[in-house]
This record gives sequence, C-alpha cells and structure tokens, in this order.
Amino acid sequence: MSSGSSVFRVGISFAIMCIFYVPTIDSLPELSPQKYFSTLQPGKASLAYFCQADSPRTSVFLEELNEAVRPLQDYGISVAKVNCVKEETSRYCGKEKDLMKAYLFKGNILLREFPTDTLFDVNAIVAHVLFALLFNEVKYITNLEDLQNIENALKGKANIVFSYVRAIGIPEHRAVMEAAFVYGTTYQFVLTTEIALLESIGSEDVEYARLYFFHCKLVLDLTQQCRRTLMEQPLTTLNIHLFIKIMKAPLLTEVADDPQQVSTVHLQLGLPLVFIVSQQATYEADRRTAEWVAWRLLGKAGVLLLLRDSLEVNIPQHANVVFKRAEKGVPVEFLVLRDVDLIISHVENNIHVEEIQEDEDDDVEGPDIVTQDDEVAETVYRDRKRKLPLELTVELTEETFNATVMASDNIVLFYVDWQAVSMAFLQSYIDVAIKLKGTSTMLLTRINCADWPDVCTKQNVTEFPFVKMYKKGKNPVSYTGMLGTEDLLKFIQLNRISYPVNITSIQEAEEYLSGELYKDLISYSSMSVLGLFSPNMTTAKEDFSEAGNYLKGYVITGIYSEEDVSLLSNRYAATLPALLLARHTEGKIESIPLASTHAQDVVQIITDALLETFPEITVENLPSYFRLQKPLLILFSDGSINPQYKNAILTLVKQKYLDSFTPCWLNLKNTPVGRGILRAYFDPLPPLPLLVLVNLHSGGQVFAFPSDQAIIEENLVLWLKKLEVGLENPITILPAQEWKPPLPAYDFLSMMDAATSQHDTEKVPKCMKETDVQENDKEQYEDKSAVRKEPIETLRIKHWNRSNWFKEAEKSFKCDKELCSKVN
Amino acid sequence: MGLSALAPLWSSPGLLLVIALHPALSVPTHRDYCVLGAGPAGLQMAYFLQRAGRDYAVFERTQRPGSFFTRYPRHRKLISINKRYTGNANSEFNLRHDWNSLLSHDPRLLFRHYSRAYFPDAHDMVRYLGDFTDTLGLRVLYNTTITHVTLDKDQRAWNGHYFILTDQKGQVHQCSVLLVATGLSVPNQVDFPGSEYVEGYESVSVDPEDFVGQNVLILGRGNSAFETADNILGVTNFIHMLSRSRVRLSWATHYVGDLRAINNGLLDTYQLKSLDGLLESDLTDLAILKDSKGKFHVTLKFFLEEAGTNQSTDSITLPQDDNDNFAMRVPYDRVIRCLGWNFDFSIFNKSLRLNSGNAFGKKYPLIRASYESKGSRGLFVLGTASHSVDYRKSAGGFIHGFRYTARAVHRLLEHRHHGIAWPATELPITQLTSSIVRRVNEASGLYQMFGVLADVILLKENATAFEYLEEFPLQMVAQLEMLTGRKAQHGLFVIIMEYGRNFSGPDKDVFFDNRSVGQTEDAWQSNFLHPVIYYYRHLPTGERVSALPRPAGCSDLSVRRVVTHSETFTHTLTCQGGRPPHTTQPGSFSSLCFCVESCFLFALTRQKLPPFCQQGYLRMQGLVSTESLRQHRVESWLPRNHAATDSRLEDSSQQPGDHEPLDAPMAPGPLAQSLDSNKEEL
Repeated sequence: MSSGSSVFRVGISFAIMCIFYVPTIDSLPELSPQKYFSTLQPGKASLAYFCQADSPRTSVFLEELNEAVRPLQDYGISVAKVNCVKEETSRYCGKEKDLMKAYLFKGNILLREFPTDTLFDVNAIVAHVLFALLFNEVKYITNLEDLQNIENALKGKANIVFSYVRAIGIPEHRAVMEAAFVYGTTYQFVLTTEIALLESIGSEDVEYARLYFFHCKLVLDLTQQCRRTLMEQPLTTLNIHLFIKIMKAPLLTEVADDPQQVSTVHLQLGLPLVFIVSQQATYEADRRTAEWVAWRLLGKAGVLLLLRDSLEVNIPQHANVVFKRAEKGVPVEFLVLRDVDLIISHVENNIHVEEIQEDEDDDVEGPDIVTQDDEVAETVYRDRKRKLPLELTVELTEETFNATVMASDNIVLFYVDWQAVSMAFLQSYIDVAIKLKGTSTMLLTRINCADWPDVCTKQNVTEFPFVKMYKKGKNPVSYTGMLGTEDLLKFIQLNRISYPVNITSIQEAEEYLSGELYKDLISYSSMSVLGLFSPNMTTAKEDFSEAGNYLKGYVITGIYSEEDVSLLSNRYAATLPALLLARHTEGKIESIPLASTHAQDVVQIITDALLETFPEITVENLPSYFRLQKPLLILFSDGSINPQYKNAILTLVKQKYLDSFTPCWLNLKNTPVGRGILRAYFDPLPPLPLLVLVNLHSGGQVFAFPSDQAIIEENLVLWLKKLEVGLENPITILPAQEWKPPLPAYDFLSMMDAATSQHDTEKVPKCMKETDVQENDKEQYEDKSAVRKEPIETLRIKHWNRSNWFKEAEKSFKCDKELCSKVN
Repeated sequence: MGLSALAPLWSSPGLLLVIALHPALSVPTHRDYCVLGAGPAGLQMAYFLQRAGRDYAVFERTQRPGSFFTRYPRHRKLISINKRYTGNANSEFNLRHDWNSLLSHDPRLLFRHYSRAYFPDAHDMVRYLGDFTDTLGLRVLYNTTITHVTLDKDQRAWNGHYFILTDQKGQVHQCSVLLVATGLSVPNQVDFPGSEYVEGYESVSVDPEDFVGQNVLILGRGNSAFETADNILGVTNFIHMLSRSRVRLSWATHYVGDLRAINNGLLDTYQLKSLDGLLESDLTDLAILKDSKGKFHVTLKFFLEEAGTNQSTDSITLPQDDNDNFAMRVPYDRVIRCLGWNFDFSIFNKSLRLNSGNAFGKKYPLIRASYESKGSRGLFVLGTASHSVDYRKSAGGFIHGFRYTARAVHRLLEHRHHGIAWPATELPITQLTSSIVRRVNEASGLYQMFGVLADVILLKENATAFEYLEEFPLQMVAQLEMLTGRKAQHGLFVIIMEYGRNFSGPDKDVFFDNRSVGQTEDAWQSNFLHPVIYYYRHLPTGERVSALPRPAGCSDLSVRRVVTHSETFTHTLTCQGGRPPHTTQPGSFSSLCFCVESCFLFALTRQKLPPFCQQGYLRMQGLVSTESLRQHRVESWLPRNHAATDSRLEDSSQQPGDHEPLDAPMAPGPLAQSLDSNKEEL
C-alpha cells in the first residue's frame, strides 16, 4: 500500500554507453557499475541490484531476482546484478550490506528504488517493476471519489479495467500489471488495495482480488453509470487476458448460418453460444431481448441473433433458442424458453464443465464428452451396432445344456449379455470359432447366464465371463488364461490331447523332444517338457502327472518311465528324476534335475523355465515377468533390437550383473502403448533407443541410462554401479497413490440435500420414528396440502430443457431411453 | 442355492409314536418350530424349514391348506397378477411378475401352471396351495385348531421360554419358536348406532339378482368394497360408497392394497354421472336408522344424541333437513360393510405380550423389522399379519412380498439357532459392478419388497473382495453382524429399490410430462422403481437406517455415497449411458474394467493399479480386445489418457518466442498449473 504513493526520485546516470548489450541472456548478468551503466539504452528499462562484492553469492533475493530475469525480459526489461567494487564506487552502492537496494532505470534515468524486502519474490519483482513503469496506464486510487472521477472522465471515451488486490506485489497484482502492460493503452486500468472501496461498489465476500470491466465508452449521458461486468474466474494473467478478449468481442452478432457451423471468439475461449432465433416480423423485439440476454450473459456465453428467415438449414418450428456448447462434436440444443431468466439459468447450469482452454490458436482437445469412465463399457457401447456371426457357436439353454455337454466335447462360454467385459470377450470367442471352423471336434457353445442363472450357478460359475471345457468322462476344466483369442485358441488346441503324454519308446521320446511328434501343436507351446522317471518312482510320477494336468492347455508335457529310461538320462546328462526341456524355437534341449517332485514345485520349475533371460516385453507377457518382483531394466526400441545392444546386455547377464533385475526390451512397433509409458517417464522425450530402470515394486523410481552414452558393456556397468551406490537421480517417481477413476462420482447425497433444503425450507425437517412414518403417512392423505407438487414442477422445467432434443429425435424415429421409458 | 439337499422327511418318528400311544395323557409334544396356519405364508415357511431339515409342524384348522381362499375373495377373482409370459427366460426375473407363486426349487410349482387367467380364480389358489404342500411333502397337521397359546419359562429353551400351544382336543404342543401365519381373519367392524342393520362382506349375498332395483350403501373404500360394488353395479338403482378417507388408486400410490384398476368400475360410472357416488365421512360419527318401511337412513351420531334415546325414526333430524348438499337423503335398501380384516389376538395369552400396534388399531400385531414380536422373543409373525412393517408402502402383506420376508426370517433363525451364517457369495472386487447390476436386473425380492428388503455387500479388508448378502431386512442393518454372523468391518453397500419420493401418492398426477429421467446425474430424481445404492464406511449405529426418503437435517453421517441409476423401460441395466457405480472415496476401490493395453500402461507407470488390472491382468486373466474393439477404444478412451501425460510435456518445452515487449504473449505459466491441478483432482 505504501509503494503506490511513494515519491519518485530521479537521478542521473554518469555512465556512458559504449557497449551493445544483448538482452536475451537468461541468467542474471553480473557487472561492475561502470559496465552496467554502459549497457543502458535510451527508452529501455533496466532493473539493477547493487551489492557489495564480498557479499554472499547467493541469497533468497538473488534467487528470486534470477527467476525474474526471464519474465522481465519478455517485457523488454533487462536485469542485472551490479557488484560494487572498491575501485569504482557508485552512489547506488550502499555503505552497508543491509542497505543494498535495487534500482529501476529507464534509459539512464532512475525511475524507482526498491528496498529488497519489497521485492520478496518473483511475483513482487515483476509486479513492482511493471507498476513503476506503467505509472500512467494504471491509476492507483484509494477512495470512491477517485473512481467516480476517472469514470466520469472516460465516459464516451474509453473503457475501464478496475481491479482490487489485497496487497501490492502478490501474484494477483502481477497478473493485473501484466495485463495492463498489454492492454494499458486500450483501456484505463485502475487499481486499489482498499477493501472499503470495493465494498462501496457492492462487492461482497472478497478474499484476494476482484476485477471489473466498466463499459464506459458506450455511455454518452454523463449522469448515467457505466455498466460493470465482474470477472468470475480467479485473477491470473491468462484469465484476465481471456476476459478482456471476451469484453472486446461484439456484444451481439447477427448470423444467418447453420448454428452448428457458427464459431466466434467465445467458442474458441471455451464459452457456449446462445442463439436467439428471430424472424423478420419480430426482429426489433427479438433484438432487444437478445441484447438484454447478452448483457446478462456477458463473460459467460456468446449471444447471437439467428435470423430464421434467411437461414438455409431447418431448425425446429417452435424452437426460439439454440444452445451450442463449447465442446466440439456436441450437437446443438434446440430449446423453447419462455423468458430471459430461463435462458440465463440454462446457460449457467450448463457451463460448469468448461475449463478455459490454453490458447485460441492451439488445436486443443475439447472438454471430454465421454460419459463412461469404464473403458470396456465405453468401447463395447461404441461397438453396439456391429453384428457378430454368432451362429458359429451354439447357444445353450437350461433345457439343452446337459444334453449337449454330455453328448460331445464342448467349450462353454458363460457370459451375461448386459456386461461389457462379457460382450467384449464374446467377440474374441467368435474369432476363435472362426479360426477353428471345420477343423476342430470341439464344439464351441455359449450360455447367457442372464437368461439361465440356475444353470450357471449349478456349474459353479459366479464370475463372468467364464470358460469351461467339458470332455466326455472327465471333470470339466476351467480356463484361467487371458480373455483373448490367441490364448483361448492355444488352450483349446493344446487340450486336444491329454497331459502328460505317455511316451513309451526312446524313439518316440526323441520325436517328442524334436517336436516331430506333435508338429501341429508346437506352434502353441514353444516348449515341450518331458519328465524322466525310473519305473519304480511311483509318487514322483503321480506328482508329475498332477503337474502336467495342471498345466494342460498352457504347455506340452510328457512322461517317460520305461525300463530303458537311463538311456535317455545319460544322453542328456540328467540324473533321475529329471525334466528335459525342449525349446523348439531355439532347438535346444536342457535337463533339470528334480530335487523335489512335489507337483507344485514341478509347476514352478516349468513356469520359470518358460521365462526368457532377455525377453521382448509385450502386453501379453508382462504379467509373467512382473511376478518376479524385480526392477525392470527395459530397453525401448523403435523396431527390432540392435543386436549389439542385445549382446551387451546378454553379456552383463552372463556376468551376473543383472541378477537383481529383470532385463527386457520393448518394441514400440509391436507394443505402441510403450510410447505412453515413455511419455510418462521422459520430459521431453530423448531419441530412441532408451534404456530405463523401473523400480516398480519398491519406491517407483525410474532411472534413465544417459542417452548420450553408447549402450555398451562398460558404460552399462558403470551406470549400474552408480545406481547401486545411489549416485544417480531418478528421472521421475511413479505415483504411489491409489488409482482413482478418471471421472468423479456423482455426489447424489449432496444433490439431494441441496434440493431438499431448497424446497423444504418452510417445512421444519424432523426425524421420523418408525411409527411416526406410518402416522404421518396417514395424515398426508387427510391433509391434501401436506405434500404439494412444487418440487416436481421445478424439476419438470429443468428436465424439459435438457431433454428437449430427445423430443426432436423422436421425429427422426430414434427411440431413446428417455422416450421408451415414457411408455412405462 | 445355499440350500442343502432335500432333508429326510421327518426326523423323529419316535416322537410321533409317543403321540400315537398316549393321546389322552396330554404329554406335550416338542417341536423346534411351530407354524400357525397353512396359508401361503405358513407353507412358505414350512418349505424353508423342511429344506433345512428342521423339526417343525404346521397347524391348520381345516382339512386342507389355504382355507381363506375357499371363501375369499367372495367374488372369486384374485387381483394378484398371473403374468405367464415375460419374454424372458430368467426364472428369478419372472418372479417379479408372478404374484401368486410361492418360492421353491421345483419349477412345476409355479402358479402359471395352475391358471391361464391374468386375474386368476381363487379356487386355483386353493388347488395350488394343496399341490405345493403335497408335492413338497410339507408337514401339516390338519383339523388342529390351536385354541390357546401361552409361555412357559424355561432356562433350557432357546429363547428362555417355550411356547405352549393347546389344540381343540386338549393336546399340548411345546415349541421353541412360534411362527404365526394366521393372516387377518376377524372382519373389521365399526361400532355405531344402527350397525346391527349392516350386512358384512363375509356373509352378504354374491348373487346380483338379490340386489335388483335396490339402493345400496357400501361402507369402505378398499378392494373388497369395490369388488362388491362391481358385482352389483348393473342391477342396482345406485350404489353409494362411504368411507373416512378418500379413494386411493393403486396406480397412483404403487401400493397393491389400494384400489386396483380391475375393481374400479364404480369410479368410472361416478365420474360419468351414472347415479353412483362416493362420500367421505368418519364411520364412527355415523348412525343408521331404520324407518317404518324397513329402509335405512344415514345420519350423524350427533343428531341422534341431540334427540335423545327413545325417539322414533321420523322425529330425528336428518342432515339433509339443513344442508341440501348432503348426498344421503334417499333411504337405502341395504347397507354392506366391507371394512377389511383384523388379526385374531384372542388365542394368545397376555404373557406373550402380543400387542397390537397402536398405529393400526387392532389390525396388526406389533413386530420389529425382523418380524419378531416386540413382546416375546422367538415369536415371529409372517404373511399378511406381518404387514405392519411396510403397511401402505411395500408388498409385505401379499404373497409376492411375504414369500421373501419368510425366507429372510428363516435365514435369521438359521443363524440364531443353528449357527449357519446368512448365505453369502464371496467374489473378487472386480465383480462388484457385475454383481450389483445382475441383482438389479433380475432380483425379484428386491423388486417386490422395495424399500424393505435390501441386498448388502460387505467389503473385505483392503476392498479386494466382498461378500454379497441377499434380501436382508433394511431396517435391521444396524444389527447385521449379530443377525447374520457376517463381519462388516471394512465398509458396506446397501442396495434397495425405490420409487421416486415425489412421484407416487394419492392425488398426484403420475403421468406428468418428463416423468422419466434420462441423464445420469439426474438419476436420484428417478420416479419409477429404481435401484439406490448406499455406501457406508461403517455399519450405521442408529436404530434406523436412513433410507430414502431421508428427511433433511437428519443426515446419517455414515452414509458416504448414494449411487443410483436412471430407470430403463425393461428394467435391464447395461451400465451404458451412465457410469457404473463406483466411488472415489479415499482408500476405496473401483470396479472399472480395462483392456490389457491399458493395464500394461498402468503397470509400468503407476505403483498401484486399478483392481481390474491387479486381479485380472497381472494374474494373466486380462481382457484382450479384438481388432474392432481396439479401434473404438483408441477413439474413445486412450487419447484422453495420453493427453493428460502430454500436456505436461508441452508446457515446459514451450518457450516464449517473442521478445518484443508490447506484443509479449502471455506467459503460459498459470495455465500449466491449472491443467496440472486439474489432473490431480481427477
């Protein structure tokens, strides 16, 4: 408050300009006094902080000043730190350290001096400097009389931007000053810090700041007051900018185009448009109404007068208002609103969604119009019109279920037709049916548990969708894999034979291991497992059979326990009992001795063996590697991996450097979603390939291998060592908070409370006891006036507006939920 | 479902033998459960007891079940709907439109096999109840009239006392639990001068010939009154109907006990000026005088008292003398009373403290929301007599309602006396929405007993799984743990169905425009029967759950969220066009579903995943989308997700490119902040 009224001191600079100063340096330049004064240019403003040479190099003030360099540069103001050295003392160099000040020069004229404590942060620096420079453009006032004088002086001449900020130097003050810098020549800016002044013009509950636009230019009669429009958004530079842009736009525009196509500055700024439909006959009256509406909605919506007679597109006959939301792609609403208040309230009820968009030139996404936050539900909904070739699968009912399941081998999909996940998976299921068409003895069937809940309950199916395989004479097998075409197809194909396969001769065993025996199956299982047991290892064999049975549909297993088993075990250097793992893609066969033959352990060994040392990570296989609970070392590659990188990492694996990690690589061509991951890690995105260590399971830190280093062993080892001792800083830390749905839930309780408090104010609400309810209930019938229809009436009006375009849709024979239930 | 296989028919043949050998000695025969009355409610309870293998017997006055229906309704037409076709195969759903069947596992025992009529004949009901009893082998002791019921205190008894039942032969039966399903059997009579001239609904002729050319006054305004009127409408001179309250149409009140459209022929003729009339007056103020010609005049008790006691008819002032507007100026040939029924309290000893609820006069015994008598523990009232719980509100007084409350009572008893917890299905949290939508789509108990029975979802620790309990009495939710044997430590959902609070009621225009609600955010204003889902962090502690209507100012602080769905025509929700129920409370969960690609993204960019990914994808059970779905997904959902990540990237890389002071662009700083904070909120 003090700075506004302080007196300016003018000084003379002794310096002679001789060196051209480049004003685009970001960091705070440090100059000697002589050098500094030599840089000053006529007409250019400059802020200089004079300090003793021996003062500490950093202080809070200097940090803030450093930050202010960039924004002030944007306004053409240079900033410098001037070191007062003994040889060239300047009168600006204070005698003591504490008395150091910052000075603002324009050219070589001193405009202001600032004690450093007034420049407490970057906002204060910018605000004060601009305030001093824009002395004429921004009038500082303290009482109502001043305001009225300015207002009167400008009537018929210019408009006023009047703002209140709680104090000079706060962010809101900076925002106003920044706006004044741009618009100061067009509008008269008036500033006050007196709350009393604001209250005297009728503003209440002011917390930090207020900004009004006074429409004085239109006022020709001096006795008339200027209209005022309050800016409702918080005072930020951007908001003020947008607000002024809207104030600048014409109050009312006449159009004769399709409302769907019309766009004005309002729409670009995220405000809806209101079209008042006018006809030749009523033009004058309509225009008056539209103007009235426009004033009421100023800053909230754009108002246009739509001339129906010269319009080429059809708008409904009875509609008198057209409402166009700022969101792209939302159809316009045709409304019938009988008075201005209804229009106002319609707009006010419908603008809460909009966030002010970035810049009108930018192609920013419109506010989200997706109503679903369930990805699957939304997707399935969008796909609802598609017809599936359902006839490829047999639909079962309560009557046919048992007979069908008994008669042949069946895969049954249990689904519910109202569930999105079920319906999404049904598509994959049909895809499986298409792929298996004519080649499989397995019958693909489905049962809608929404129709036949009893069947599903009897089959112990409580979660949907669910797949079970029924084979004659065997217990049904539940499918527990991914709900997708590939995995289900693999499950069905691998289940054509039963596991473990009993191998009876050495030759057969060799064929089995080479992949010859089940040639058509090995494309579904990259590995065949053969258990080797001596004939007398009965429990071990039973356990292995159990494990094989457990893994059926996921991996091929076989068992060999003939008398000559030692031939095989010797050939593959295995000690019985043992597993032989034949990796068909690599053509390798390895043996693993079975220390424990428990079924569970065998399953564990086999599942571990299925994992690769340096896999390409995909959407499908991530869970298997995720389970290991180790940090992931991921190489993001745009396309196939460079063999050099692969070798470098495989070498590290061999040298045991990577034991505590899960090394893998990601091909962005195969897994495009990887780009989303990179965007979350990097900012900005360096060129690929990128090597990243993600500590998913403890801490969520993400470390990046420096992209300017080559991915070679030495560099990697060095980096890993640095990581180990904590010398590397994470580039980001993954958010640890609970995942939340992207859209907020509807708070019906507060909606209900709001409605009740609105309507029942005359009735004192009372808590009713059980018996009271019943008594009260009786009374209501006696007393007709006990519950009037009032709340419904209000609701009706509200709904009418909203559901109006449904009515329009009725004409185009589109039966919507709204309409259907009306028949109810 | 939840019921064990058919139990052996009768567990204690030895006991029977004892009865047979010593009939005259009056040795009390003991039974764990005694059911009074083999009507629909008694038989329904017997069915559950039988399936659970319990020691029980049903006592029936007459020689066959359902004796009420052998005489009533007098005009033989049941007004409960027998909807045989719904176009839906779901048996549970179809019970929503079957108002006559009792619950059983046997699909042959559905009422639609017994009558083709939409409003079936009462004889078919008798036949049905007989078949129900015989097919299921329910233990009914016929021709056994219980004349007296008293208490015998005994420490060993389940409830601290036995119920001692004495039949007409003096035989004594000792029961641990007494289930009273005797219905309302005493005609309601109002005492006023001249009430002796009134004929009762229970005995009046049903032959229209007996009413030819007569002036008839009917007292009462319920279905029996209108049913009687309908029968004679075509032959009488006129019919007047008189009752205290205005007529209530069930299509306006949603209460099936109010006047049904099938009976309202008289309203039609009244409104079309066909001599018939409706009058309102309190019956207790009434007096009926018989004149010398044997005709009846209606006057007010007040005039009678004024005139003194021993006056002749002609000298008493009649209201029409003063007030021409009085409709009843003509004498009547007959006055018929159709005033409904009351519970028969006479056989119950005072020690049972089976008082009538004060709100309904003598009509109903006073019971808790658990259907247990307020006076004595172990005595439950079932069926029509239990209607005080939801009188004029829901369907608890009718077969299609009390068949569910009987099941609820049975489940309470199974836990209380046999340690069997309330049946529940435990499912992973990802199934939450599905479970709710499924029940909302098909459950008949929630639908028929709207506002009374509620499904309850008990969350497990960390909300990774939940237990689903069906059809628990809403008003007992506070005592849920004690009554069900289930734990509710980690939050719970309560799901009920309701009509919109301002929608129904006598006197309301229920067909107003825009009565249906199309927008999800307006779902709470839904007018038709719609589900309401409450979320509580803890069990509500008060006596009463603040279910809707929830009076303002009495907000139950433990109610965290109400989620409701707007209605659809078929009452089938697909979760489309609206958000599935989920909450955003801290430490809560969501059952939103994702495709594997999204889960993949989440898995590598977050430390905590949505449950659907955690429990599906990461266990290799994720949903892989097909090509066409992927296309839609990319259009709809993922871009937004990426956009959120993108914005941050662009903000910081943006440089103010122009250094000319006067044209300086506004710094993008504040916007970056606003977008970021916006992201946080989401």
